[in-house]
Amino acid sequence: MASSSAPKYNSHSLESSSIKRTLKDGANWEKSEEIPRLPGETRVTDKDVIYMCPFNGPVKGRLYITNYRLYLRSVENDPVVVLDVPLGVISRIEKMGGASSRGENSYGLDITCKDLRNLRFALKQEGHSRRDIFEVLTKHAFPQSHNLLFFAFTNEEKFSENGWMVYNPMSEYRRQGLPNERWRVTFINEHYGLCDTYPSLLVVPYNATDDDLKKVAAFRSRNRIPVLSWIHPENQAVIMRCSQPLVGMSGKRNKDDERYLDIIREANGQISKLTIYDARPNVNAVANKATGGGYESEDAYPNAELFFLDIHNIHVMRESLKKLKDIVYPNVEESHWLSSLESTHWLEHIKLVLTGAIQVADKVSSGRSSVLVHCSDGWDRTAQLTSLAMLMLDSYYRTIEGFEVLVQKEWISFGHKFASRIGHGDKNHADADRSPIFLQFIDCVWQMSKQFPTAFEFNEQLLITILDHLYSCRFGTFLYNSESVREKEKVTEKTLSLWSLINSEKSKYTNPFYSKELNRALYPVASMRHLELWVNYYIRWNPRIRQQQPNPVEQRYMELLALRDDYMRRLEELQITNNSKIPNSSASSTSPSQMMSQVQTHF
Amino acid sequence: RKDEILLCEASTVYKYIQEDGSNRGTYGKLVCTNFKIAFLDDDSTSDDNEPQFKNKIIGENDITLQCVDQIYGVYDEKKKLLTGQLRKYPEKLIIYCKDLRVFNFCLRYTKEEEVKRIVSGIIHHSQTPKLLKRLFLFSYASAAPNNTDGRNQTVMFDTLEDWRDELERTKGNVQYKAVSTNEGYRVSEKLPLYFVVPICVSEESILKYEGRGIPIWCWSCHNGAALLKMSAFPKEQDDSTSQMQKAFLDGIYRTIRKPPYELLKTDDLSSSLPSLQEIQTAYTRFKQLFLIDNSTDFWATDVKWFSLLESTNWLEIIRRVLKKAIEVVECLERQHTNVLLIEETATDLCCVISSLVQVMMDSYSRTKLGFQSLIQKEWVIGGHGFLDRCNHLHKSDKEEAPVFLLLLNCVWQLVQQYPPAFEFTETYLTVLSDSLYVPIFSTFFFNSQHQKDTTMTGEILKTQSSPFRFLTVWDWSVQFDLKAQAFLNNPLYAEKPKPEKSQRKTARFKHQRQLSLPLTQTKSSPKRGFFREETDHLIKNILGKRIGKFINSSDEPPNSFREFYDSWHSKPIDYHGLLLPRIDGPEIKVWAQRYLRWIPEAQLHGGGTIAIAAKILDLMEEVQNLQVKMDEEHSQAVSGDTHAVPMLRNYARLSSLFPFALLQRQSVKPALPTSTWKDLEDEDDLVKRDDEFVDLSDML
Repeated sequence: MASSSAPKYNSHSLESSSIKRTLKDGANWEKSEEIPRLPGETRVTDKDVIYMCPFNGPVKGRLYITNYRLYLRSVENDPVVVLDVPLGVISRIEKMGGASSRGENSYGLDITCKDLRNLRFALKQEGHSRRDIFEVLTKHAFPQSHNLLFFAFTNEEKFSENGWMVYNPMSEYRRQGLPNERWRVTFINEHYGLCDTYPSLLVVPYNATDDDLKKVAAFRSRNRIPVLSWIHPENQAVIMRCSQPLVGMSGKRNKDDERYLDIIREANGQISKLTIYDARPNVNAVANKATGGGYESEDAYPNAELFFLDIHNIHVMRESLKKLKDIVYPNVEESHWLSSLESTHWLEHIKLVLTGAIQVADKVSSGRSSVLVHCSDGWDRTAQLTSLAMLMLDSYYRTIEGFEVLVQKEWISFGHKFASRIGHGDKNHADADRSPIFLQFIDCVWQMSKQFPTAFEFNEQLLITILDHLYSCRFGTFLYNSESVREKEKVTEKTLSLWSLINSEKSKYTNPFYSKELNRALYPVASMRHLELWVNYYIRWNPRIRQQQPNPVEQRYMELLALRDDYMRRLEELQITNNSKIPNSSASSTSPSQMMSQVQTHF
Repeated sequence: RKDEILLCEASTVYKYIQEDGSNRGTYGKLVCTNFKIAFLDDDSTSDDNEPQFKNKIIGENDITLQCVDQIYGVYDEKKKLLTGQLRKYPEKLIIYCKDLRVFNFCLRYTKEEEVKRIVSGIIHHSQTPKLLKRLFLFSYASAAPNNTDGRNQTVMFDTLEDWRDELERTKGNVQYKAVSTNEGYRVSEKLPLYFVVPICVSEESILKYEGRGIPIWCWSCHNGAALLKMSAFPKEQDDSTSQMQKAFLDGIYRTIRKPPYELLKTDDLSSSLPSLQEIQTAYTRFKQLFLIDNSTDFWATDVKWFSLLESTNWLEIIRRVLKKAIEVVECLERQHTNVLLIEETATDLCCVISSLVQVMMDSYSRTKLGFQSLIQKEWVIGGHGFLDRCNHLHKSDKEEAPVFLLLLNCVWQLVQQYPPAFEFTETYLTVLSDSLYVPIFSTFFFNSQHQKDTTMTGEILKTQSSPFRFLTVWDWSVQFDLKAQAFLNNPLYAEKPKPEKSQRKTARFKHQRQLSLPLTQTKSSPKRGFFREETDHLIKNILGKRIGKFINSSDEPPNSFREFYDSWHSKPIDYHGLLLPRIDGPEIKVWAQRYLRWIPEAQLHGGGTIAIAAKILDLMEEVQNLQVKMDEEHSQAVSGDTHAVPMLRNYARLSSLFPFALLQRQSVKPALPTSTWKDLEDEDDLVKRDDEFVDLSDML
């Protein structure tokens, strides 16, 4: 769905269980034709429009609006053009043209989407048709601004798996071998009293009391104290995450914080220094002192080594993505593709994030020291770094379930502000809080999976599906800014988890080339020679640039797998018949070599 | 080797292991022969780690004289290009190779005398002009082991029969004929002995201008439209001469446009494609980006990588060439129009375009044998001046241009876009490109068939040695043993379903891809009826009149290309049918295997495409074993027909550089960029902002 051409080539589209039906001929198609609808989805309105397809020109069609989606079906084109866009994807709706507009198709609506495309619909200049559509769309696309519920709360889909069961912090920490004699689980934040943007369950050094934690919280931005994200199973070095210390202009110090970091340093049983990675560029960290923040100075933390990772702030990332959209949508910059791509800096940012994560992972893996990661608040760049480093170090996170756990843990539970960054159901499209931080993380994961095509259990489709539902508001997974709000809104009771959809259809998201390898550190090469623009995501709306689906290499591999299984079955049969000494003449008379040529596999 | 003569040598030379930028390395002897420069490791016991993919002719530390690109000397940490006579001898020698290897030799511990001899020897033998007969080829040919590989079925196109078979294969024999007019090279030394022209072209006209102005057949499309090439007349000062030539050409065009030839589109490649000079400049800049000295160099260039790439213009040239090929395909396929490619000698860009068109349209050209035959037809026999274009003899830098490499780069784009459509792998293309510099094969070491023939007969007369024979590069067993050769075969190749009858005769393919366009509605029946063809001609005649006598590329409706391209891409792919490359900016890529294969920083440990290839080969082996077991159960004789499958199973963590670089990183340390972030000048105010505008001091 959601692309401008026939459904059957629509492989890049948003996942949905929508029923795709071919257009039936006949005058009353309008009545007989149903649009795909989820349980709980209700039709609101429909209207004849002209879809101004940037690739194929104007398309006459009928636009249906439900409380979940915008759906367009062409009336004249063959093959039928279908657009299927969840309203959550909409970032901005603008009216184009006025009552006096003369030009053909110049009167209508221009819709900007969060997934890097724009939709334009031309309408007739009569009645209040545009006003009606505009109002309906605005209301349902921005429920937050209209005191309405997200569709996730009305969604009545049923899945065979319950995605809310995927992540249980206690079992995840147990999987890591925690708690142990050096690390303990604390419930100090059970009612989010210590830190309202952290999860209720935290892992902290055994030697730090809950009282210590409270004191440390006073010295960390938004009380986001250093807590454990991951522990190396062999060398016991850990990845800790937190926010910046509240040093300020005067260079304040805090004995408790200093002591706390020392306890962390010692907890891996070695006497090496603690390595602190400040994700920000040095200048920004310094500048933060003016607003009360800052970084760990050498004087105050003599046993720590501080490195800046030079990753830019959310505003820079937002601008970069905007520039990227400009060169890929609607048309791909032709003549100077490479320099245009470079001027967006998108891949350079990716490179820096990956480079930072590699440094974190390498430090921990080499066992030289434990690592503390922070940026300003510790919910954007910090989440990117810790989760990517964990992905590099722990092969569990490279499985489908493990990846869900990783996202759930490092992003959702640790308060990446999804609501603010994505602006779910919020009409305020220009909010300075918006930023594609999570998209950037998924892009980094994609780059890794591209460099190591056999290391991940999941495929590209999983990543695209996650991104699609990051915006769709069909699931509760990415709604709200923190665990505490989610608890208040009863998200797990009232909505479905995206992981329910995915885990019910795992085969769709499975990479056939996956080779399970345990405890293997996976370091991508953060070089522009290997980084690529994720065409299948960023340029997926352009019918001219489309990867073959299904991937031919994958397809042939699957054929081989089927052949192997068939051989194994036949061999078993043969062995049984041969053992029973009954001469066999009919059933399996096809010789293997003949079969080989049937599947046309060349040796 | 008895035919290889040692020219000079130096001992206690220290070869750095590029791998880690440290000064680790090995001592050994540096030698220069009439064939190669070689480093002989003093500690030769380390051979227990036999690589899987080994070239039998060129060892890991061998550089053929023709493979040397540039030689630099290091004096007090400063790099200087070494040419001609040297006054001072360097402490370090850096050799950049045409196959993109970089060798670093330290001469500090070598005796001064030996340094002088080896450095000047290497420069002299690899960089200065040379006589054709001094090529190693000739020493090797007389001593070559006489073990003809009977399985080499590449069509060489050195006989009339080969051309006739090709005409028959492509059903071109109705309108075209193979001629032997050039026997004894009486027409031209540039033309091959045998070639194909339109039936109506007389022997007389072929002889008139030494074969210039004569359309020479390359290939016929399934619909009868043909691809032709022609060498143009040089620009004449003399008015009457050029008038005569024009009249001659008009006559030729008239003849070949008579039914059944119909429309003819001419395309002057020298004006519609970049010049050879531009191609050479672009490639020179491009390859320089991959000749990396050290890690610092690698990361320093990484910051501006995309704009560096773009500034070379190489990828843009590839894009333009592919686009041109698609335009030609469109004429042949959709408009049923003959296409005549024109170029001064018709042996450079003509070869590139005609080869690409055939690779795209004729699935036979995507098999190994078919591709090799194509190279023979269009390039080797077609008269591409390999000797001059590769500058093997260092005669003139002006003649140098990587035209053949351009073709391989373009074909690679297709190979990576449509892996199941090719019988060969990218590794095949890479080793083929390397073979350009291996002077034991005659294939890429002559400018023309005439040059090869005459030089060879001359040598035989002179030396009176009877068993004088050149090797062809297509005999891959010369370079690779069976196991290594398996890397050249694509396990994913979707082999064409074998027809009932003899394969050769039915090699014509059908385009299953429907083009719902005006003139090609004939596809519904595989056998086109007589009537159908008649109407086709009728339509074409009418159309021809409407458009005019000639369709020049500039007159063409601008949308027809786009429409053809988009329409093809919107349909499912038939790997045995027409294949069009995607040419939008993001689709044209750097041939990573060829260009990054020796760069340790670019190595993905356990990653890259080889990781998938290894999985596939594993599975194939498993399937083969099952097959053997089943045959045993059937108590049939074990079929000896199974091809060698490379064994990769013990290499669970192959490097992405496999099968080329033999680097074995000791540590699993990740490569970290050392370059610094550059300023985002234009976004300064954004950069300085903090994520959120909250004064934290207020919160205390």
